[in-house]
Amino acid sequence: MPFLLQALVYLGAAVISVPIAKRLGLGSVLGYLIAGVVIGPFALSLVGEQTDIMKFAEFGVVILLFLIGLEVQPSTLWDMRKAIFGFGGAQVVGTSLAIAGVSMLLGLPWQTALAVGMVLAMSSTAIVLQTLDEKGLRQGPVGRAAFGILLLQDLAVIPMFALLPTLATIAPPVHAGAVETHGGASLIAHLPPWAQGLSVLAAVGVVVGGGRYLVRPIFRFIAEARLREIFTAAALLIVVGVASIMQTVGLSPALGAFLAGVVLAESEFRRELETDIEPFRGLLLGLFFITVGAGIDLKLVAAQPLVLIGLVLGLMILKFGVLFGIARLFGAPARGAAAVATALAQGGEFAFVLLSFTVGAGVIGATLAALLTAAVAVSMALTPVAMILYERIAQMFDAAIPKQIPDTGAFEDGEPDIIIAGFGRFGQITGRLLTANGFRSTVLDSDIEQIDLLRRFGRRVHYGDATRMDLLRAAGIERARMLIVALDDREKTVELVETARKAFPDLVILARAWDRRHAYDLLANGADAVERETFEAALALGTTALQKLGYRAHRAHRAGAIFRRHDRKSFEDLRPVWGQEEAYILASRDAAQTMDKLLNADLARLRPGDATGAWDTASLDEELKERAEREAAKREAAK
Amino acid sequence: MTDQVQPKTDPSDATTGLVTPATSGVLLALAHPALERSRANRALAKAAKGLEGVTFHDLYETYPDFAIDIEAEQEKLMAHDVIAVQFPLYWYSTPALLKEWFDLVWLHGFAYGLDGNAMAGKRLFAACTTGGAAKAYHAHGYNRFTLDEYLRPLEQTAYLCGMVWETPFVVHGAATKDDEELKAEALRYRARIGSLMTAPADAELGA
Repeated sequence: MPFLLQALVYLGAAVISVPIAKRLGLGSVLGYLIAGVVIGPFALSLVGEQTDIMKFAEFGVVILLFLIGLEVQPSTLWDMRKAIFGFGGAQVVGTSLAIAGVSMLLGLPWQTALAVGMVLAMSSTAIVLQTLDEKGLRQGPVGRAAFGILLLQDLAVIPMFALLPTLATIAPPVHAGAVETHGGASLIAHLPPWAQGLSVLAAVGVVVGGGRYLVRPIFRFIAEARLREIFTAAALLIVVGVASIMQTVGLSPALGAFLAGVVLAESEFRRELETDIEPFRGLLLGLFFITVGAGIDLKLVAAQPLVLIGLVLGLMILKFGVLFGIARLFGAPARGAAAVATALAQGGEFAFVLLSFTVGAGVIGATLAALLTAAVAVSMALTPVAMILYERIAQMFDAAIPKQIPDTGAFEDGEPDIIIAGFGRFGQITGRLLTANGFRSTVLDSDIEQIDLLRRFGRRVHYGDATRMDLLRAAGIERARMLIVALDDREKTVELVETARKAFPDLVILARAWDRRHAYDLLANGADAVERETFEAALALGTTALQKLGYRAHRAHRAGAIFRRHDRKSFEDLRPVWGQEEAYILASRDAAQTMDKLLNADLARLRPGDATGAWDTASLDEELKERAEREAAKREAAK
Repeated sequence: MTDQVQPKTDPSDATTGLVTPATSGVLLALAHPALERSRANRALAKAAKGLEGVTFHDLYETYPDFAIDIEAEQEKLMAHDVIAVQFPLYWYSTPALLKEWFDLVWLHGFAYGLDGNAMAGKRLFAACTTGGAAKAYHAHGYNRFTLDEYLRPLEQTAYLCGMVWETPFVVHGAATKDDEELKAEALRYRARIGSLMTAPADAELGA
């Protein structure tokens, strides 16, 4: 099928089915899966052989892991070691053995049973994380536990590839092929084990070292060029590059991408990377779900419906049971344990890879493998349904108990009170005052040298163009109380104020203005308050000048205060006529005259030599003098 | 066009023809530099704020930089019959900004002096809170003088300006009062402010 037509089918199916699924409360994952089933070779047959697309779609999982890595700081990862190695390890081992046990009861030889166990112990990273994301659970304890398990599964694939061939009982087919996907046959497979080990270590070293010392200067260079699409291209390049390196040495590309994300989590480009890559994640994951849906062999389902239903239900119930038990052993509350167990009770995309690998290695027969593949795909499709079911049941169980607030503390660098757009000479001062008073701020700036400098001073600044709404959202503007705009660009400042005001009617927006005209523009576009950037500073210099010219400090300060008051008043007075050029010029001439008059009056009061200034006692002095004279005259008369 | 549709006019326009501007109500000038920490003054201010005819004027909020707008303040003074000042007692006197307000606004030639009669006939009322207990403000207490004695400068200001000096409203031991007691004081304060507008002056002889 021509490429464009294929794209048409995929996109069309997604655009039609996903919104409908969402509207029905089924979630986008289910929407994609259904779209896949419909267009798949076993239903409408609009798309046929789709192994190429499958590989392309799996890249969505890689990107997903990269994005997650970006959100995980190394310290967080260390904090999660119990969830990853303890909980995750126990899950893989426990589920493998349980499934192997049941399989043996069903009459499989122990080798095959063990292989089946290992294959089915894997869960689907893409489906689980996407489903949890949609339910807002990923940042909470449930999400973290699930994430830890998935991470360990990615790691566990490596020993499995080594272990599975030793379980061979059947003579392997002549050439199985189709094992290249997740590292089955890597470029180093022919090397001796010690060299393979070294290669793996070297690859990890390249990813970590490159991420730390190479990527940042490159990004800085690209950012200075100010070409947004090249920045995006570079971000994709990193992900693709890392995935390729990992695949070469036989590691999971997703795991490599995750590692790269973690390495870059501390970098100033984190937010921008996130925002640039995010759209790819969504689309590619969608594609991935569609291919999974399309991969469900409806003929097989129709031929052996009972066997398949039994397999799917057996798999899900067994996995749920093992996960629930382990979660409880690790001290999770029943509700959380049930949520984790439900989320992870399906087979994963690794199962597809491992199954074709085991067939190739002569561990599992082709018929059984086909059956299992269908079961895994169906179980993946059922996961969103299971989650909906779980929620219903959980609601019934504890309708009375107030909803648990997900603890988000460990993952994010906080929910900022204030977002500061632009951290140059202006934004910094405002920002420092606010942070000194204990308010949390997130800073966005697009001047790479500035960020570099500030980072050396230990300030947290993110690289990014703050006029992008998606970036603002990533920075947490929905939860922030205030946006301070101090961009070094007049038009962009107005643009940002305008779009932010439209998107967030309740947000307090303060903006730095160039001059009076800019200030009016900003207010007209929804800023709550503005400050002309040079006004206060110029006033302060003027006040100092007065002092150096001989005024006493307090009097100079007062002169400045009076000037400020008059200027602010005229600013307000002229605001209504702003935009009507003629009227504005007339009114401002008028205002200037009034201002001069007022200032002259003030000046008269502040005349040098008459050091009392505003404390003008001249009339009192006169009256007292007159009174003294009268009294003297009276005394004179009395004599 | 029916004559029902009339342009909205400022109600004060109705008084055109009067030579002197209409005066009415209480100007309540509050002076507390840290109102957010003051339970007593907040309670009192809240009780008086909503009252009909009371113009609430938070000095520290209006002039955080002490740059008082003299003309605007004088207009405010002229527009009200009763001038009330509310403040905590700081070092046996008013907070700095309230003193500055008197110094800058109540000028010779405006508020007092041969030509200064803008305040004549109005009433001056002080509401004051103290941290110390009532018995401390006594010849034998550790403050050695009564609060009335500490308020003499204000009383004399009223006298010099030809104003009627109202009996001050005092809350002693503001720091140690509980919420219930403060609530009671606030009600008492509200009643007192209300009476300033309706009842005749304490001492019509005044000056």
